[in-house]
Amino acid sequence: MEWETVIGLEIHAQLNTKSKIFSSASTQFGAKPNSQACAVDLGLPGVLPVLNKEVVSKAVKFGLAVDAHINQRNVFDRKNYFYPDLPKGYQISQLDWPIVGEGEIEITLGDKTKVIGVTRAHLEEDAGKSIHDLYDDYTAVDLNRAGTPLLEIVSEPDMRNAKEAVAYAKKIHALVQYLEICDGNMQEGSFRCDANVSIRPMGQEKLGTRAELKNINSFKFLERAINLEVERQQDILEEGGEVAQETRLYDAVKHETRSMRSKEEANDYRYFPDPDLLPVEISDELMAQIKQELPELPQEKKARFIAEFGLSEYDADVLTSQKPMADYFEKMIVNNADHAKLCANWIMGELSASLNKHQLELLDAPITADDLSLLVNRIGDDTISGKIAKDVFKAMWDGEGSADEIIEAKGLKQMTDTGAIEAIVDEIIANNQAQVEQFKSGNEKILGFFVGQAMKATQGKANPKLLNEMLRSKLG
Amino acid sequence: MSLSQEQVSQIAYLARLSLSKSQLESNTKDLNNILNLAEQLAQVNTDNIEPMAHPLHMSQRLREDNVSEKDQSELFQSIAPQTGKDHYLVPTVIE
Repeated sequence: MEWETVIGLEIHAQLNTKSKIFSSASTQFGAKPNSQACAVDLGLPGVLPVLNKEVVSKAVKFGLAVDAHINQRNVFDRKNYFYPDLPKGYQISQLDWPIVGEGEIEITLGDKTKVIGVTRAHLEEDAGKSIHDLYDDYTAVDLNRAGTPLLEIVSEPDMRNAKEAVAYAKKIHALVQYLEICDGNMQEGSFRCDANVSIRPMGQEKLGTRAELKNINSFKFLERAINLEVERQQDILEEGGEVAQETRLYDAVKHETRSMRSKEEANDYRYFPDPDLLPVEISDELMAQIKQELPELPQEKKARFIAEFGLSEYDADVLTSQKPMADYFEKMIVNNADHAKLCANWIMGELSASLNKHQLELLDAPITADDLSLLVNRIGDDTISGKIAKDVFKAMWDGEGSADEIIEAKGLKQMTDTGAIEAIVDEIIANNQAQVEQFKSGNEKILGFFVGQAMKATQGKANPKLLNEMLRSKLG
Repeated sequence: MSLSQEQVSQIAYLARLSLSKSQLESNTKDLNNILNLAEQLAQVNTDNIEPMAHPLHMSQRLREDNVSEKDQSELFQSIAPQTGKDHYLVPTVIE
């Protein structure tokens, strides 16, 4: 039977505020355990949560960026369950009146685009962390993370395969970084993805029973976990079984998902409005102020890159897909406005390839935008050829100095001395009469042979354009 | 609307309350009395009335995003049943 996969994602983005959502304790990652868990975070008797204004503003920014309806009146609820890293016995969240209502976002896959619905986004507090391997006989609890603001972004079940789910997750990931509301660090858990996955016979409208996949901390694992789950569900259904609605934990080491049965019985959270918190009313003034603070969004930046720098749709799309890359390009372009296409090529070509090879993020690249900008400048002003520039790039990557220092030290400056090149060309023509005859009888391809010989003789330093022109006029 | 003893026992489990059989019976009766009292509201037409989220007609005060809490973990941990290596310790929880 042919099956259709249906995927919806729940993304938890930690909002990058200085203090917690309901207390004035720090949210800084990596502090001494429990040193940032105050009386409010611990749920000690008599404390009162007070909402952080910045949290509201960041959530609204997200809503505006996905064209969502903003619920200027929204309400906090208590979600009740027992777990050691949840000291109050309930998590403050939003159920019926979330801050961000329905919106949408467009994803790109190859040359196709698709609109994915955002059902809602609501505010809640993060829980603490349980550490199981510190003691043999105890679970250790660090409550520093308790009360860190989270924006939970819930999508419609609009995705039909793992690749679409990854494209959507990446798009949201890029967006929260553009908006500067979340640092997007998946390793530290600032950006977490849960996937609701079900399958149904192709053509059937009714959704199949879904499993919720948790503990996914990279885009690669998201794709793997979904594909794994789809296979598991197919096997069950094709053998006449039934898929259980449950939460499953993805284990990246064993590459498997396994059931978290302990969560099943607790699935009744008995939500009710939190009496400690009054309904939130976002004034029109605050809305206007937040709108003004909204930075340039990926789509707007893409359009500007095309209009301002004449980039292709594809180049502009790749460059704006991640904020660090767009920033890198904009830094390069400051001194290179005439060579925008060349800058784009170098970022998307050599730089990206080297980052991939060394498994580095752009922010950790050993070559800064200013460094690379200088190199592109040297191609632009004909100091070196594009081919030589690749060698210079490699030397720069290895820390051998700036582009100019390397060009100087290695004597890579392009030969633009017509006389010198001419002498070399004449010699090659004299020594290769058979090839000259072939060219004259119409074999255009043989020109490459002469170029190759001349490049060899000049260690690649002859200006290719000059060389080509000269060869053609002398052979022709 | 009324609750069965089974439902009350489930609610008690979710709240981690242990009820004896007689407590279960009396609690079920009490809870149903409360629900019946609230049921009177059903006689009122509530069309076009926004559900109330809080009895006070006020809105939430917002706080500036500043860090002002100091590390008081030693004080807090002094009243915890068990601590170690800066952590609160609880019986092993296996996921």
